[in-house]
Amino acid sequence: MTDVYRDVDVTTTTVAPTDPLVAPEPFDVGRIRELFPILAQRVGDKPLAYLDNAATTQKPRPVLDALSRYYAEENANIHRGVYALSQHATEAYEGARAKVARFLNATEPAEIIFTRNATEGINLVAQTFGRQTVGAGDEVVISTMEHHSNIVPWQMLCEEKGARLRVVPISDTGELMLEELASLLGPRTKLLSIVHMSNSLGTINPVREVVELAQAHGVPVLIDGSQAAYHMPVDVQALGCDFYVVTGHKLYGPTGIGALYGRRALLDAMPPYQGGGDMIRSVTFERTTYNEVPHKFEAGTPHIAGAIGLGAAVDFIAGVGFAAITAHERPLLEYATAALEAVPGLRLIGTAPNKASILSFVLDGVHAHDIGTIVDTEGVAIRTGHHCTQPVMERFGVPATARASLAMYNTTAEIDQLVAALTKVREIFG
Amino acid sequence: MSDLRELYQEVILDHNRSPRNFGRLEDPTLQADGHNPLCGDKLTVALNVADGVVTDIRFEGSGCAISKASASLMTEGIKGKTLDEARALFERFHQMVTDQAAPADASLGKLTVFAGVRDYPARVKCAILAWHTLLAAVDNSQEPASTE
Ligand SMILES: Cc1ncc(COP(=O)(O)O)c(C=O)c1O
Repeated sequence: MTDVYRDVDVTTTTVAPTDPLVAPEPFDVGRIRELFPILAQRVGDKPLAYLDNAATTQKPRPVLDALSRYYAEENANIHRGVYALSQHATEAYEGARAKVARFLNATEPAEIIFTRNATEGINLVAQTFGRQTVGAGDEVVISTMEHHSNIVPWQMLCEEKGARLRVVPISDTGELMLEELASLLGPRTKLLSIVHMSNSLGTINPVREVVELAQAHGVPVLIDGSQAAYHMPVDVQALGCDFYVVTGHKLYGPTGIGALYGRRALLDAMPPYQGGGDMIRSVTFERTTYNEVPHKFEAGTPHIAGAIGLGAAVDFIAGVGFAAITAHERPLLEYATAALEAVPGLRLIGTAPNKASILSFVLDGVHAHDIGTIVDTEGVAIRTGHHCTQPVMERFGVPATARASLAMYNTTAEIDQLVAALTKVREIFG
Repeated sequence: MSDLRELYQEVILDHNRSPRNFGRLEDPTLQADGHNPLCGDKLTVALNVADGVVTDIRFEGSGCAISKASASLMTEGIKGKTLDEARALFERFHQMVTDQAAPADASLGKLTVFAGVRDYPARVKCAILAWHTLLAAVDNSQEPASTE
């Protein structure tokens, strides 16, 4: 099992896009596609070109099989049953935690808390660590390119505590402005929460550098890895971050399951998130003592099947290998970038030198929604709107963008299908 | 999937390109802001009313072709009508774009170009935003109209 992680080179999180990466074995996109049954679908008489992976990725057979096997053969509630079936379910659930821990290179499985999604991971930190740490006059730092889920929980916290939310600006290409970030950090800063890879621009932030800047001020860092984690290897120890969130449905896994990595020392010191079963050690009406991490943060029956599905998903990704994934996705992004730039009147939003797999664009004289509807009739699924990043839209002065986002199973033929569909947009809109 | 030309009719494309009654109305009798939180479309509808009759109406804002053309054609359809007539027109328009079984309603005149929208459920809100905003203005609502 550990072998598949050996080809994972942690330095690829920050290398320039031109660095050569050699796949350990030939990556056959046709064979990969066969593992994803949904990709064989047609939309009307057109093949489906699924280019909305930043919203959610499709699920491969190993994940689907793990889910149905769990329900068909292993289903029982966990942690409390003395019978064999419950023990199997508990082992599968805790085994999934260990898989996610290995995937993110956490020090131990207890540093992985299962959540519903990335959003819940961020809210968990805001409501526990945040409430404990942030007081009146303190500051929480985020950036302009955050997803709403990494804005609103901090706004709520700051409002409650009389604290201030500070925002690191971004450049015209969609890059984080590091000097501004450094100047925003100070004695009042209680937390820095930043996205690893932007879902509307594709920018990959230099998170290692960001963590170093924060550490110089003793500021803990949360990294939103929702987009990064399916495109590049993540090593939370090498990054040195305090929290890292991922969401299962963007990792080729099920919806309704995500994970929060937290440094053990911090998790131990944090108050519980929700109260209920499983998170307690003992309950009397006078006094309740809490369970240890990670169970302290997992009140109630968790999404057992989801966790097991997520375990299968990260195993699947590790099995393919990030070296192979990057070697496929990088040229595909370059191909798509060139193809879209050649479309008359098209402007890409988000042109950072270090970016991955996301192509946000606007077309002269055509609103993104109209683009979305028209390309859909050509079998092309892209997202249109603000992508839950309204401040990014404002920063670039556009009401909305159309966004094509790539995953390991996408092909140049699908990019061609998108470009052809955009011609149809021009035919209609002139 | 029905033909795209059913959705993007010439009249709609024309009103998208050159919207009528587009711009600001100084000191309007009634005004409201509309917002489609799903896509970020924003719209302001302002009107002058004298003796219960809409004497002037204008809109401004940003949006897709469907929402812009809908606002444009709405302003054309509403000018000169009473507020009660405007409300009745809204009801009939709403039925046309949401109810698959609704019979053709010739009394909607030019607005029937939006009949195709009901085959694109994701776009119904685009067609109806201007109307919700109009109604909010007429009802003198303080809250921005929303498609949600
Ligand atoms: C960068 C980023 N952060 C957070 C999220 C929220 O993910 P979820 O809705 O699964 O919690 C997303 C996904 O939409 C995202 O792209």
